[in-house]
Parts: sequence; C-alpha cells; structure tokens
Amino acid sequence: MTDLAKPRTSGEPMVKAEGVRKSYGLVEVLKGIDLEVEQGEVFCLIGPSGSGKSTFLRCINHLEKINGGLLSVDGELVGYAMRGGKLHELRDREVALKRRDIGMVFQRFNLFPHMTALENVIEAPVQVKKESRAAAKERAMALLERVGLADKAGNYPTQLSGGQQQRVAIARALAMKPKLMLFDEPTSALDPELVGDVLDVMRGLAEEGMTMIVVTHEMGFAREVGDALVFMDGGVVVESGHPRDVLTDPQHERTRAFLSKVL
Amino acid sequence: MNSPDQGEVTPGPPATIKAVPVRHPGRWAGAVVITVLAAMLLHALIFNPAFEWNVVGTYLFDSSILRGLGVTLELTALSMVMGVLGGIILAVMRLSPNPLLSATAWFYIWVFRGTPVLVQLVFWNFLGALWPKLSLGIPFGPSFWSESTNSLIPVFTAALLGLGLNEAAYMAEIVRGGIQSVDEGQGEAAHALGMSRFQTMRRIVLPQAMRVIIPPTGNETISMLKTTSLVSVIALEELFRAGQNIYSRNFQTIPLLITVSLWYLFLTSVLTIGQYYIERYYGRGTTRTLPPTPLARLRGLFAGKPVPSGRSDVVPGLEGGGHV
Repeated sequence: MTDLAKPRTSGEPMVKAEGVRKSYGLVEVLKGIDLEVEQGEVFCLIGPSGSGKSTFLRCINHLEKINGGLLSVDGELVGYAMRGGKLHELRDREVALKRRDIGMVFQRFNLFPHMTALENVIEAPVQVKKESRAAAKERAMALLERVGLADKAGNYPTQLSGGQQQRVAIARALAMKPKLMLFDEPTSALDPELVGDVLDVMRGLAEEGMTMIVVTHEMGFAREVGDALVFMDGGVVVESGHPRDVLTDPQHERTRAFLSKVL
Repeated sequence: MNSPDQGEVTPGPPATIKAVPVRHPGRWAGAVVITVLAAMLLHALIFNPAFEWNVVGTYLFDSSILRGLGVTLELTALSMVMGVLGGIILAVMRLSPNPLLSATAWFYIWVFRGTPVLVQLVFWNFLGALWPKLSLGIPFGPSFWSESTNSLIPVFTAALLGLGLNEAAYMAEIVRGGIQSVDEGQGEAAHALGMSRFQTMRRIVLPQAMRVIIPPTGNETISMLKTTSLVSVIALEELFRAGQNIYSRNFQTIPLLITVSLWYLFLTSVLTIGQYYIERYYGRGTTRTLPPTPLARLRGLFAGKPVPSGRSDVVPGLEGGGHV
C-alpha cells in the first residue's frame, strides 16, 4: 500500500457549509446549503442533474465563488479569510495554497493530454510543491501501481481507456497528499464495464480513511461505502442520513420519486 | 486488466480482395491537357531570350545577393522571435482578468494591426524627425542620459521594430485563439491541483495551444520572409534591395527579379518542411499513433513495403501530409 501520510488536521469537521448560496446571474443554483462532512467520512451527494450537487462540490475548492453563507474546509474558510470581524477575499496565490490539500477528480478526467500518465502524476508535486523529480517519480510509480496502471506509466491519455484515464486522474490527485478528495461523477463518462475498476480504487481509498465527497449516480457504491448521504434537488438539501436508511426508506416524496427512477 | 487481444486472431496478412478497380478516364484526359500546358510554359521560359537565364546563373551566388540573403534571414528570424514573444505576452494580457492589462493589449493590437506595416516601417525610420533626442530620466523632470534618435535606431533596428512590433499584434490574435481553443477543464484541473495562473498557462494551457498556434505561425513566418522585402524602402540592403541595386546598374531587371524570386522560393520551401516537423512534435498525444513522415513513406516505398499508416480507417496515401 502506498503511504498516504495524512496531514495533521484540526478537530473540526472536514467540510462545513452554512447557508451556502451560489447564483449565475439571476439563476440561483444553490439556495442555502447546510451540511457537515466529518473527517474520514465518505460523503455521497446524489440528486437529479441540475440539482446543484456538482456546483456545490466545485465551491469546496473555490473553482466556483459562493455568493452567500459560509463554507469552510478543515476549520478554514474557502476563498476568504476572517480578519478583524470582516471577510477578506483571498489572493489567487492563497487560494492555490489551500487547493493543494484538496484533491479533485472530474467527470471528464481532464488529464493533461500532452503528458504521459507518469508526467501527469508528477506535474503538481514538482511544479507546486517543488519536490525533486526523482522523489516525485518514485511516489508516482507507487501510486500508479496502486491504481493498477504501473505498466501504463509511459502512455499518453489518448492511448488509455476511459477507466484507465480516470484511475490516472485519481493517482494525480493523490500525489499531492490531499486531506480531502472530491469526486465529481467520476464514473458517469465511463463504459459500464470500466466503472468497477474505478470504484474499486475509490473503495480502497475509503478503507484507508480518506475523507471523500462523492457526487455520484452509483447507488450501489453509496450504499456499500458511504457513511453519509445527501439528496439534493433544486439547489437545496432535501434529505440526508445514512445511505442505507435514505436509499431503502426515503422520507421525502421527491427523494422517493428520484430513487424510483435510478434504482 | 483490460488486455485488448483476448480473442483468437489468425496470424498473417488479411486476404486480398480481387476486383476490377474503378477506372478514371477523366484523369488521363486531364493529365494530357496538363502535360501539354506545362510543356508550353517550359518552352516559353527556356526559349524567351528576355529571361536571360545565363544572367540569373551569374548573379544567383553573387556576393551582394548572398549578403542581402543573410540580412533577410536575420531580419525574418529576429522579427518573428519578437512577434511570437510579444504575441504571447499580449495574448495573455488580453485574456487577463486585470482590466488595465487587457485594455493596454487591446489598444496595442488596435494601433499596430490598424495601420499598414509599410507606414510603420517608414515611421520608425523617421522617428528622429519626431523626437531628435531620446533620454532617460524622471518623467517631466531632469534627464540622466540622452542620445540622438538616429544613432540609437539605425536602419536595421528601425526595420526590426517595424516588422516585429507589427507582427506581435497579429501573433497576439493567433495565440489568443490557441489559448481559447484549450478545453476549460484543463485549467480547472491545474487549478484544482494548486497550480498558479502563471504555472497553468505555461505548463498546461500554452503547450496545448501550440498545436493550434503553430500552423498559422508557420504561415506568418513564410509571409514575414517575403514582407522583409518592404524594408528596401528604408534603404536596408536585404535580398530584394540587393537585386534592385544590381539591376539599377546593369538594367537586367527581369533576370535579377528571377534570381531573387528563386531564393525566396527556396527559403519558403525549407520553412514549409520545418513547419511540418514542428507540427508533428506538438501533435504528440493528440492521436494514438503519429502518421509516418513523408521521408519514412518514401523509404518504405523504395523498400517495397507498405508503410503502416497508423490509422486503419484512412485510405492509404490520402492521410494528408500536413495533417497530424
């Protein structure tokens, strides 16, 4: 197993959202989201498309700016700092510094196509953390080994299947030794027979105690691996609880309607 | 995990289909017409004494022509370097969230693209008429150092400024198009990894934009090679001016224009070949296998072996030379 030395974290919840709002122009996508993600938890976000779950995920590492409410990761506000009772916007450099600790995996993989799998994985450790190439390479190989792709290290993304690309993307995120991993529908763009490999890697991560927030349509994964689940619709949290409870005995009419379509 | 060759595959080449190929009588008729026309042109070129091919031969490697050639090459290379670097800086400024930077870049492009390069060349050459002295110092205050404009900007520098600054404006638009062609997800992935805006641009976006930027840049370089002939108006002795100087003495205008044109043709051909290989380099990672180079194809042809086209869905020979 790879060493995923967990950075020291505070006793606070890993992610805390209080009344988070986000709008694009006049369209409000998030209408006040309240939730808490505990350390080491696998937190699943489900809901119909357009419900705001991906947007919320992107707010957590400040790829989207929130318009209202408070959002903090590991006890520190996202995108802002509280100084003297006032919110101050963070500079790009400060935002980038915080993003180092938050890994993200995208629906469309977003591997860098001009770099081999190995180069994709070592890029950020070398450029951002200024690690030596040799050390980064060694760890990258271990990570690729872990996702079952050590033999593909020299391949360019176009030479890999979707499932393989997504596993490289996971290795790339892990190379920064994040304390939190965000998964934005990681298996939605994959052929059905490739989904399993990616989910296996995610299951392994969960077993090691990685805090993960997963936007997904894989109800099986949510039920087996998830510690908490939130059902979002229309920019609000409709229902939350343990995945087994919500998925088998939904309390809310909208949850029931959604689950009857996807299960 | 997902080995591609699980199924049984029979070794050896696939069976050849025996069929009567489609005939192309039109092509044969066309070939005859073209051949006749080509022969007529060749005849006219060779047997019209006004071309004076022996004069062309005499001056082709004349020392002043070769010197002019050197100046043309130097000017092309330097103004393209200026143009590309300036263009990248301007494009990044133009796309910057900082309104001051983007407005400055917009203004620069507006001015330099909006006036003829010939006018700009003459302008830089006559800068001394506008400001006889250039000096460094405190704005609106005392100056520490000053120098006469004409000695600070000799003809070659004026030519370089005229061509390079103008080219930067065009390259800026080419680079901007390239940057915007890169998928937004790339920047997001880089940001999510904690890369700064500058790192993202330099390491992730620009290398991918290159694939889009290179072909038009090749065209710009070829175009620049020929545009350098404009600097003959400010009396810089490059290739065209060198030819002009000779025919103004011996009145062999046509042969010298041909001499000069042959050199331009030769240089643009060399540049075209260079462009092909640079495009190939930046195309890596976009296709599963790069198509063979024309040289490799030629070698395969002489060896009597078909060259693997790399893309099985393409009719052999129709892959398109420049396509990567």
